[in-house]
Amino acid sequence: MMTKEKLDLKSDIATRVVLGKAITDLGLKNEKICTVAADSESRFGDFVKKAPNRAVNVGIAEQNAVSISAGLAFCGKIVFVSTYATFISMRACEQIRTDVAFQNLNVKVVGTNSGFSPGWEGFTHQALEDIGIMRAIPNMTIIVPADGEETYNLVHQLADYEGAVYLRVRGKKDDPHIKNKGKTIIGKAEELKSGEDITIIACGRMVYEAVKAADILSEKNISTKVLNMHTIKPIDKEAIVTAAEETMGIITMEEHNTIGGLGTAVAEILCEKGIGIPFKKIGVNDRFGIPGKTHDIFRHFGLTSENAVKTAEEILG
Amino acid sequence: MTNTSLTLNEINELKETALKMRKTAIKMATKAGEAHLGPALDLTEIIVTLYSKIMNYRASDPKWPKRDRLILSKGHGCLALYTILAEKGFYEKELLDTFCTQLDTLFGGHPEVKVPGIEANTGSLGHGFNIGIGMAKAAQIDNFDYKVYTILGDGENQEGSIWEGAMAAPNLNIDNLIAIVDRNHLQVSGRTEKIMNIDPLKNKWESFGWAVQEIDGHDFSQIYNALNSAPFKPGKPSLIIANTIKAKGLSFAENKVEWHHKVPNEEEYRIADKELGLGGLNDD
Ligand SMILES: Cc1ncc(C[n+]2csc(CCOP(=O)(O)OP(=O)(O)O)c2C)c(N)n1
Ligand SMILES: [Mg+2]
Repeated sequence: MMTKEKLDLKSDIATRVVLGKAITDLGLKNEKICTVAADSESRFGDFVKKAPNRAVNVGIAEQNAVSISAGLAFCGKIVFVSTYATFISMRACEQIRTDVAFQNLNVKVVGTNSGFSPGWEGFTHQALEDIGIMRAIPNMTIIVPADGEETYNLVHQLADYEGAVYLRVRGKKDDPHIKNKGKTIIGKAEELKSGEDITIIACGRMVYEAVKAADILSEKNISTKVLNMHTIKPIDKEAIVTAAEETMGIITMEEHNTIGGLGTAVAEILCEKGIGIPFKKIGVNDRFGIPGKTHDIFRHFGLTSENAVKTAEEILG
Repeated sequence: MTNTSLTLNEINELKETALKMRKTAIKMATKAGEAHLGPALDLTEIIVTLYSKIMNYRASDPKWPKRDRLILSKGHGCLALYTILAEKGFYEKELLDTFCTQLDTLFGGHPEVKVPGIEANTGSLGHGFNIGIGMAKAAQIDNFDYKVYTILGDGENQEGSIWEGAMAAPNLNIDNLIAIVDRNHLQVSGRTEKIMNIDPLKNKWESFGWAVQEIDGHDFSQIYNALNSAPFKPGKPSLIIANTIKAKGLSFAENKVEWHHKVPNEEEYRIADKELGLGGLNDD
């Protein structure tokens, strides 16, 4: 199993695989950690086997899983509750809002297999609405790690991060490693590249596409600032305002509906600050997903570095 | 000895269709390299009986208002449905080649209503059964005499929505609803008894007001007799607990938890070919 081998966090290791390793490492050190599964428990790695007394499996019952997590958290536990992002964010939505978020309990809701990572499983399993839904709930901190390494570090930070969190990870493959990343600080955008012409603000798997786009653009003498906005809420307003001041346009990129997610969050800040700047959202334009290979679906919906390059060139005219 | 109303000839025909479906499903899954094969194989006898002997439908007019309806509430078992609908002429068999191989295929990992003959989008567990209750109620309102069949996973019985529906159906006085629980004792991470025990299943459903029969889900006579005698009690919805073996027909995969979402590798395909006569992956 995976904890026996050491994971190379600097490699293209999938976020859902890292999740299990991170929770196991963390949970064996911190006695307060509990996990709650809704059938599939492989996402918790070896923790379930090594600390069976702190691992609950309620079966295929997402609503029950979240309410039970709230009960555990009321009694001082730090709870990681996890299943597919679609099912946990939608089936158990009211439980997250009323049982967890209202009193800002220490429940870390982990939606896995998000975005298009379920590929052929189709729209029932592809979560494109979860960020928007979670953003509308007060107290929720929303975090979308860009790669395996960031997932590992963020899970560890969550143990000391008070309150309700939605952590969005992907599946068991297709999470390329982002090189030269610095330390991830919750609530603080990470500048991966500095630039003067255009800014791409991305989250999750799209950070990789943004970095790639910046490299292509630099060959065309366009200098691109790339922000990894791993924390969607509370969002780093300052970083957005600075980007608007330093560059001539902003593009957002997310593996999510363009309504309600990262793009919307950035647009809200720009509008409220009265900043008029060319602005484009790359994401899924209010559509349901389709079955396919993840990369083909990305191309179909324009979630690619090529589309980011094209969009940047259009903005800069 | 069960007292069968199917003739030996009929049973042999059903067996032939079942074998054909299994072979097609195994090939489709292998070609795609990704599928819920085990959860489809164990439904074969039930689905073949429904579409060959029980249900009223018009393949050339799949939206015929008075048709009987089948909703696969455990949508991940859709290979069983895709193959029988092709067999019965809802669409060309060649289309099945696009199963999880062509972008935006009709035939993805979970069934969608864009496929002729598919009545509801399922895949998220704990929806289809309840949609079926609505359809059965509509028949009552419209004074139609169609029946609604719905197939649930046993693990799916852990969803709260199932028990909301279990309570609702008898209260709505619908007896044109026949639910079948695919009782294979397995779910994603282990045996149902270990993950979240659902027993005593028969008593649970009876106490909610359902008429219940338990059968061998691979025995055509038992399946036919149960389905044919529904409603078991006038005025009550019927529930069939079908005891099955997950991945039935693929010897090395039967009753193994990992075959929930696994497809044969080369060596396994070779073994299956020997046992079932699959032929080459692309032969018909
Ligand atoms: C609401 C929901 N939660 C979780 C899943 C993930 N999932 C897919 S199949 C499955 C297990 C189903 O077990 P069972 O109902 O017994 O079906 P079987 O495959 O054994 O026939 C799970 C948990 C899902 N599809 N929908
Ligand atoms: Mg089962």
